[in-house]
Amino acid sequence: MAKYLLLKHYNGAPAPVNDVPMDQWTPEEITNHIQFMRDFASRLEQSGEFVAAEAVAPEGAWVQYGGEGRPPVTDGPFAETKDLIAGWMFIDVDSYERAVELTAELSAAPGAGGKPIHEWIEVRPVMSEPPTAADATCH
Amino acid sequence: MDEALLRALTPQVIAILVRRGADFAAAEDAVQEALIQAVGSWLSDPPRDPKAWLVTVAWRKFLDLTRSEGSRRGREERVAEEPVPEAASGLDDTLQLYFLCAHPSLTPSSAVALTLRAVGGLTTRQIAEAYLVPEATMGQRISRAKKTVSEVRLDSPGDVATVVRVLYLVFNEGYSGDVDLAAEAIRLARQLAAQIDHPEVSGLLALMLLHHARRPARTGSDGSLVPLADQDRRLWDTVLIAEGVQILQTALAQERLGEFQAQAAIAALHADAQSAEETDWVQIVEWYDELVRLTDSPIARLNRAVAVGEADGARSGLAALSGLDPALPRYTAVSAHLHERDGDVRTAARLYAEAARQAPNTAERDHLVRQAARLNAAQGQESGPASGSQGR
Repeated sequence: MAKYLLLKHYNGAPAPVNDVPMDQWTPEEITNHIQFMRDFASRLEQSGEFVAAEAVAPEGAWVQYGGEGRPPVTDGPFAETKDLIAGWMFIDVDSYERAVELTAELSAAPGAGGKPIHEWIEVRPVMSEPPTAADATCH
Repeated sequence: MDEALLRALTPQVIAILVRRGADFAAAEDAVQEALIQAVGSWLSDPPRDPKAWLVTVAWRKFLDLTRSEGSRRGREERVAEEPVPEAASGLDDTLQLYFLCAHPSLTPSSAVALTLRAVGGLTTRQIAEAYLVPEATMGQRISRAKKTVSEVRLDSPGDVATVVRVLYLVFNEGYSGDVDLAAEAIRLARQLAAQIDHPEVSGLLALMLLHHARRPARTGSDGSLVPLADQDRRLWDTVLIAEGVQILQTALAQERLGEFQAQAAIAALHADAQSAEETDWVQIVEWYDELVRLTDSPIARLNRAVAVGEADGARSGLAALSGLDPALPRYTAVSAHLHERDGDVRTAARLYAEAARQAPNTAERDHLVRQAARLNAAQGQESGPASGSQGR
């Protein structure tokens, strides 16, 4: 039982095999892609492995504490930002192997020509509670 | 309204429904509905015989559920064919439920969820909150688990080892939530131990009691992790320790050693020491030898290396560590600890920082990064006051 975050990137990930930007797909290909994503999430819910899924807008701002009595400092968006998260899927699975298996399925989402995108998706373990019996081993 | 009683009765009532001819999945659903009704009505109108009340209401729910399903004819016929046996104690049947819910065909997370619902009497929502997943997800996990075991005959003999492992998972991988999963695992292990005389069940119960006894000392007031050596031993629960030790001794006397008894023996030796310095590390190493022999587990070898480091010195500990796979969880943390004991502060600080980056949870990460910072600050003081504040 472990939670993983599957991260999709706008940029920052290596190029996928089927590397055609979405705005050059046919409407039908876009529909099929979105349907695949919905089906994937509902399949995970059926298998009892779904926690949450969100997409985030590509453009955001950087915010910083401005100092005592001053308003927050905002900056950006920065077009040159190297790594940009597009969205995430949060899963709860029995093993790392299962997380990898599911990520690969997600990466097979259809793109241009109805062919799998082979998108690179980042898998990150989510920090858990410490095991109850850990105090003997934690030094 | 006695929630503890309701939850203790849950597996017994499921077992009675199954014995009357209900299939496990439907019986389990029916009992859950009866529990919800009990919560609603017992407060104002408590029944004289709670168990009889639950059986009656759950059986009615079962018939309702059966009728409302498309396959009702087949099911009703099957139920009608089954003779309704006389009421029995329900104890043996509860035991069979433990086996069913921990069946090897289930994944660990499914077995845990099903055990907590059907044996523990928790609601899907409580289990979902305890494991920080949506209720719908947990509901699906449980219903799939029930489907998986639907072909399993409830009277086939089960493997105690699988049940023990599932209860240990509940104990060890619980999140902090509304339900105290560690306490729940102990309750279920006590209930199991009352029904089956098996040294590993006793070993598990002893192990959990001994660890639970240390819980008040495991975290500081700020929530940080306090390692065993630094714990305030006056906070340990001596009643739980005494009970754990006694259960362990009875189990060991049967001379059928298993991994949970060995782990409990190690925990008991820690519990026995008035201070960290008084710990009998030589005996602990011997128990780790047993544990390695029993399980051949790399984690046991890693923990053994720590014990060897205490018993025979850091060099011996590092030697014991040298044959192990550095990719093991907590290998780097152990290596850092042994290097510090060996006086190699620079390497230890580097390894602690590395271990912090690999830590699987925030409490350990914070603990390890503090260790790194402590050693870096000490080195900074040695080489001059300015160097310690460099970097971030």
